Parts: sequence; structure tokens; C-alpha cells
Amino acid sequence: MSDTDITSKDMDGMGPGGTKVGLARVLGPAHIWGLGVGIVLVGEYMGWNFAVGKGGAYAALLACWFAGILYSCVAMIDSEVTSTVAAAGGQYTQAKHIVGPLMAFNVGLYLVFAYTMLEAANAITFGFLIDTVAGMTGHEGLDQRPFIVLAIMFLAWLNYRGVLATLTFSLIITAVAFSAIIILFLSTAVFMGDSPLRHAQLMTDLPYGWLGILAAMHFGLWYYLGIEGTCQAAEEVRSPARSLPFGTLAGIMTLLIAATLTWYVCVGLMPWEYLGQAGVPLFDAARLSGSMTLMILLGIGTMFATLASANGCINDASRAWFAMGRDHYLPEWFGAVHPKFRTPYRSIIFLIPIALIFALGAPLDQVITFSILSGLLGYTFMPLNVILFRRKWPLDTIKRGYEHPFHPIPAILLLCLCGVTFFAVFLGYGSQLVAMISFYIIVSLWFHFWRYRFVRRAAQFTMPWPRPRGY
Amino acid sequence: MADYTPPTQSKFGQIIDVIVLLVLAIGALYLPLWLNLAGSSQTSNVSENPTWEGLGQNATMIEKWNQLGYAEAADAAELITARFDYSFSILSLLVMIVVVVGYYALILRFSEKEYGDVIAEKFGKK
Repeated sequence: MSDTDITSKDMDGMGPGGTKVGLARVLGPAHIWGLGVGIVLVGEYMGWNFAVGKGGAYAALLACWFAGILYSCVAMIDSEVTSTVAAAGGQYTQAKHIVGPLMAFNVGLYLVFAYTMLEAANAITFGFLIDTVAGMTGHEGLDQRPFIVLAIMFLAWLNYRGVLATLTFSLIITAVAFSAIIILFLSTAVFMGDSPLRHAQLMTDLPYGWLGILAAMHFGLWYYLGIEGTCQAAEEVRSPARSLPFGTLAGIMTLLIAATLTWYVCVGLMPWEYLGQAGVPLFDAARLSGSMTLMILLGIGTMFATLASANGCINDASRAWFAMGRDHYLPEWFGAVHPKFRTPYRSIIFLIPIALIFALGAPLDQVITFSILSGLLGYTFMPLNVILFRRKWPLDTIKRGYEHPFHPIPAILLLCLCGVTFFAVFLGYGSQLVAMISFYIIVSLWFHFWRYRFVRRAAQFTMPWPRPRGY
Repeated sequence: MADYTPPTQSKFGQIIDVIVLLVLAIGALYLPLWLNLAGSSQTSNVSENPTWEGLGQNATMIEKWNQLGYAEAADAAELITARFDYSFSILSLLVMIVVVVGYYALILRFSEKEYGDVIAEKFGKK
């Protein structure tokens, strides 16, 4: 029997930084679903279709399903570990307790960069959508930049003011965006008397052969990237042991459905060569359906999906940055909680200009690739994390809120799929891959030989766990 | 073993640390863009006076292109003929594998050493 209950409701999640006020525990399972799906759902509205460009329509479907398996493994593994680590920082906090400080520092940076780049990609798409709508109504040459800046500033303000309002806002607009996909599918495939879908005429053979399927895995991740962000809310959830696994696993099921429906509708409405390079494919699909109602609905859906995703990204990136500041991995100034709103306000403000630098200065596919690469490095860490977790704290030593089945098969499968995805990124984007990993190697050396001297040793270990086996 | 007491970092030192991290991050992400090394090696091969048939488009595809605002084959030719170049050398693949595996080996090795100190201080030496 387990002798340590780490899912106790009494634990307040206060970190070693000794902040006077903790983050507010106000969220329920629906907020977790909204946070996870909200961050990711934009992936169905834009970005996933670059997988069609890298391998063709069938390759994108296979990538969708293989990436779905990868993320199912991520969700299962993450649900087990995070149901025992009820503290802000998510995978960063897991790594700190299970693998070690340098791994945690790297994981924290993966999270911050994956979410900040995703936020930038959302803002770019938001500006592009406004420009597209303006062009359709006769206002050519709109300057997108003010809309990008306003979107990021508004969402940062919302995040600054409190987590409950922020994630309730995300939950509502995510539900609308998800409903829009379902309605588009039902309208085009079921209810329209003369369906506009033309799969037989538009589907082609694989343009790059089997290599294209591998290459498509690169952007296949975009269907689901960010679902692991549910863990960031661990310190603000009323019942983390129940809410986090429920919200995360319900989220991945929702996304599997949305991704398959999105693929089906889009490839039946436009040539793959266009789809593979489209900026807002679901909005284009609605345009091609010939229904003005659907076009307006999917326009609103795209706008809500980008806002929900950027909103969740600001929430998650700031929690990871805050958690690292609280542990002195970064300057402790970032580890402060707002005395009234109980949010990590300094981290929220600090990350705004970084998102803007990329939203205003880099092309969309590059920003997406940077986000995917940081996410991929994080997914590669997860199998190592759960294997070490089970080895150091077997099931009979601490109580889990959720135990994932068939261990270690999901971990091994996830590691193999990560290897395939590294190869997929290498096909076409190898220079970014090497540049990113070079960056992480340099900052790792900087952390190990310089920054770590400012970190208290035992104070990092904040969970009431027993001594790990083997130490 | 006495507990480790970290030195107090000055405000100036904290600012420098953040600047170093930011410069490294922005440099790593923007450097491939500045050096024109970033991104897809996608190229288009557009012939003179392209036709829909020559571009391999059937009647349904042509109708969809028209609906999307591409009235002439020449307008869509660049999109239709754009292809990635997936050729690579074994050497560059091996370099990538070494970089990725070496990176994880490095952080796991250093982490293990740091982790041992954390556990020893938290739970006491065995």
C-alpha cells in the first residue's frame, strides 16, 4: 500500500521561493478541458495543412493518426505524473523532482518557447484573417500589425487580471470554435442535398511517395500540439488528482475527432496543392461550401480558436517562467504572485514583447516549426521521465490520481514516434533543428556552470514524497 | 554535510542573466532566418504559358481554383508546381543524430549529478 498521499487537498502548492500569496485554486475539470483543447484547436484551423504540403492528402491523414497515437501516449503518461505533482510548471516541476535540475531547466524553456511561439503563430493568423475579411469586403492592403499587437495585449491583460475569468473565456470561445467544426462537417457531408465534397475528383496519389508520409509527421504534430499544457494549471485546480487526468484525456479525444473531421472536409473541398499552403484552411473550406452562414461561422471559429489558443499559451508560458523564477532557476523577481489577482503577473508582462518580436518579424511556417521543435524536445523527455518515475517511486510507494496502463509500452512507443518526427523535421527544416539544439546545449552549459549556483539544493524538492529508490 | 547556501545575486546580475538568455534565444531562432538557412527547400518549376491540363488539373480542381480566386492557370502555377526537396546526405543525417543524442546524454549526465546533491541534502546521506 502507498504510505504517502501526494494528492492531498491540503497542499497549497507554495514553492520554495516563499511567496506570501499563492496562486488561487479556483478551476474545475471543464476549465482544464477548455485550456487543453483551447490551446490546440487552432491547430485544426491553421497549420495542420502544411502536412498536406509536405506529403499530400493521404500522408496528412496518416500523420494525423500517428500523431494522435503519439499524443495519446503523451496524455496518458502526463496524466499519471501530473496527478501526483500538483504544482505550477507542469512538466518542468515533474523533471525537477524526477530527473534533475538541468533537465528541469531545459523542460521549462521548451514549455516557454513552445507556447510563446504558438502564441505568436496565433497572432499572425488572427492578423491574416482580419486582412482576408477586409480584402473580401473591399478593403485591400490592411496593415495587420495593429491587430496582432492588440490581440496579444488584450489577452495578456485578461491573464493579468485573474485565471478564472481567463480560462472561463477560453472555455466558452473554444466550445464555439469546436461546434463550428462539427457544424461544417454535418452541413457539408450530411445535410446539404448536393454535397460540395469532391473527394473522388480531388484526391491524388502520394506526391512524394512513402517518404512524404514520414515528412508529414512534422506538421502532423500541429493537430494536437499543446494538449500537455493542461498540467500548467495543476496549482490552480481545486482537485488536481481528478480534474487533470479527466480534462487531459477528454481533451485528446475531442481533438482526435476534430482533427479527422477537419481533414475529411478540407481535402474534399480544395486541391491539395492549395490546401498545403493555405493560411486559414477551414475558413477557405467554408468559402468553398457556397454557404454564407458557414463562412461567417468558420470566420468566427477561426478568430475564436486563435484567441483561445493565444490565451492558453500566455497562461502556460507564464506559469512555467514563474515556476523557474520561484526556484531561482531564473531571477527570483519572476517568482512573484500579484497580491490582488493572484496571478504570476511579472512573468505575464515579461513574455509579451518576446511574443511580439516573433509575431511581427518571422514567417508563419518558421514560427510554427520553432514551436513544434520545442514541443518535440519536451515529448522526448516524457518517456524518460515516466520510466524514471516508476523506477524511483514504484506504484506501491506513492498514491497516483491516475495510473496509465501497459507501462512501459506507451513510453517506448512515444520515444519511437519522437524519433520518426525528428527525422520528419530534418526533411526540409534540418538547419532549424540543429540551431535549436545548439541553443539548448549552450544554455545548458550556462545553467550548469553559472546559473545553478544561485539555486538552493534541497528547497527545490517541494513534493511530500519519500526518498527515491536507488539514492 | 552542511546545506549549500547560494550566494545572493545582485539586481544587475539578474538583469544580465535575463539578457544573456534572451539574446541566445532570439539569436538561435533568428540566425537561420538571417543566414537564409531556414525553412523549407520548396521550389517551383513553372513552364512558360502554363495550362490547367499541363499542370495536371481536372475539371473539378479547375473549378475549385477558380472559386479560390485563381482565374488563370498562370496564377496558380507556382502553388501547383511547388515541391520540397527531400534529398539529403547520410553525413548530415548522422550529424543530426549525434547532435540530438549527444544533447540528451549531456543533460541527463549533468542532471544526475545535480539530482544526487538535491536528494542527499533533502533526505540526508544514506
